[in-house]
Amino acid sequence: MSDRVDRRSFLKIAGTSLGIGALYSVAPLLGADGEAGEVARSLWKKNGERLKPFSFVQLSDTHVGFNGPPDPLGTQAFERAVEMINGLRHRPDLVLVSGDLTHDSEKAGEHAERMRRFKEIAGRLKVSAVHCIPGEHDAGLDGGALFRDAFGPTYYAFDHRGVHFIGLDNVSRAKPEVGPEQIAWLKKDLARFPASAPIVVFTHRPLFDLKPEWEWFTSDGDEVMNVLTPYQNVTVLYGHIHRHHEHTAGAARHLAARSLIWAFPDPATTDDKKPLPFDKDQPFKNLGLRIVEEPKGRGAEPGRPTINEVELTMREYAGTVGINQFLKEGASR
Amino acid sequence: MRTGQAYGRTAVFGFALMTAALALASPFPARAQGTPRVVEITAKRFEFTPKEITLKQGETVTLRLTTEDVTHGFFMKTLGIDAVVEPGHPTEITITPQTTGSFTTICDHFCGDGHGNMHMKIVVE
Repeated sequence: MSDRVDRRSFLKIAGTSLGIGALYSVAPLLGADGEAGEVARSLWKKNGERLKPFSFVQLSDTHVGFNGPPDPLGTQAFERAVEMINGLRHRPDLVLVSGDLTHDSEKAGEHAERMRRFKEIAGRLKVSAVHCIPGEHDAGLDGGALFRDAFGPTYYAFDHRGVHFIGLDNVSRAKPEVGPEQIAWLKKDLARFPASAPIVVFTHRPLFDLKPEWEWFTSDGDEVMNVLTPYQNVTVLYGHIHRHHEHTAGAARHLAARSLIWAFPDPATTDDKKPLPFDKDQPFKNLGLRIVEEPKGRGAEPGRPTINEVELTMREYAGTVGINQFLKEGASR
Repeated sequence: MRTGQAYGRTAVFGFALMTAALALASPFPARAQGTPRVVEITAKRFEFTPKEITLKQGETVTLRLTTEDVTHGFFMKTLGIDAVVEPGHPTEITITPQTTGSFTTICDHFCGDGHGNMHMKIVVE
C-alpha cells in the first residue's frame, strides 16, 4: 500500500463550533479507484469499518454541579446543547465530551450525584454513542476512581467508520501529564495503523504549551505528539481553556472547544485568569456559535477557513422560542 | 616601630600563605562556599505564602516548601521548577535563576475548587 495520497484530498475534518460545542464533519474525498481507494480498502481491512462521511460533536466543560458566579445558569446551556444536537438536520454519529463533565466536590456522594446528573442529561442525546474522558474536576482528587465507576476507563481507543479515535487522560495523575504507562499504551495502540490513517485524539488539557502559567499545558505533551508524528492525519480536540483556539504543529491540528459554562479571557490580553463576567442580557455571550468553513469560490485560499461568529440568546431572556442565532460576518483567517 | 612593621609584614605574609593553602585545598571558587539563602514558602488551599518573593539573578537560593493541608504542586517552567510538596514532608528546591523578570508560579497538582487560581510570583532582579 502506498501512503503517497495527499492528506488534504484523503480526509477533511471540518469543524463547526456551535458555542454549545463543535460539530465536525468527516468527509473523506475518496474515489473507488487509484491510491485513495487502495488506502480506503486497506483501512477497511485493518479496522473492519468502511471510511464513510459522517459527523460528530465535541462538547466540553459542562461542569455539572457548578453553582454560583460567574455563571448562575447551571446546566441550562448543556441541556440546550442536547436539544440543539437532537435538532440538527444531519444527526451526528457520535458525541465526544472532552472533560470536566462535572464540577468537583469534596463529598464523594455529592460528586457521584453530579456524575449521575451528567449521565441523565447526556442520555437524552439521540446519537449512537457518547464518549467521555475526564477533566481535572472529574478525576483530579481521586485519581479517576469515581469517573471509572460512572463511565469506564479514563483512556481508550475505538474505530468509527474508518477513523481511529483515541481518548487520552491527562488529569488523573493530579498533575497535567499523561504518564509513561499511557504513552506505552498509545504506541502499542497505533502500531497497527498506516501513516495515512485518520486519527482523532480527544483529551482535556492542551497537549502543547498554550499558557503554562494558567496550567494550559500537558508536561509530557511533546512525548505524546512525538508518538503521533509519523501520522499524517491527526486532529487533537481538547477543552479545559473554555474558549475556542486553533493551533497547528507539524501535520497535527489542535482545536479547543468552548465550554458550556463560563468563558475564560484571551490570555494574550490579560495576566488575570478570571472568568469573563456573566451578562444576564446576553447569557451566552462568549459562548457563541462559530462556524468554520473551507473557503469556496474564486480567490479562495486553501487552509484559510472563513469564520462566522454567531451569538446565542436563550428564550428565557430573549422572549423567543428556541435559540436565536444572529449571524455576523466574521473575519477570515 | 620597626618591630611593629616587621611583625605586620610577617602577619600579612602568613595570612596570604594560609589563604593560598585554603584556595588550593578547595576545588570550588570561594563564592560557591557556604549555604544558600533559604526562602520559606507555605502552601495551603488555594494560596501560597508569601504571594511574592524576590531573588537576585545568579544567586543560588533554596526554596523550602511546606503544605498546611493537602498535596500541592509548585511549577514554573522557565525557572526549571517542577516539584510536589506533600503533607509532613517539606520539599527543598535549589535554584540559581539566570533570567530576570516576574514569573508566575502555579500549583499544578489538582487540589480542589480554587486550584486554577493558586499561584505566586517569583521576581528575579
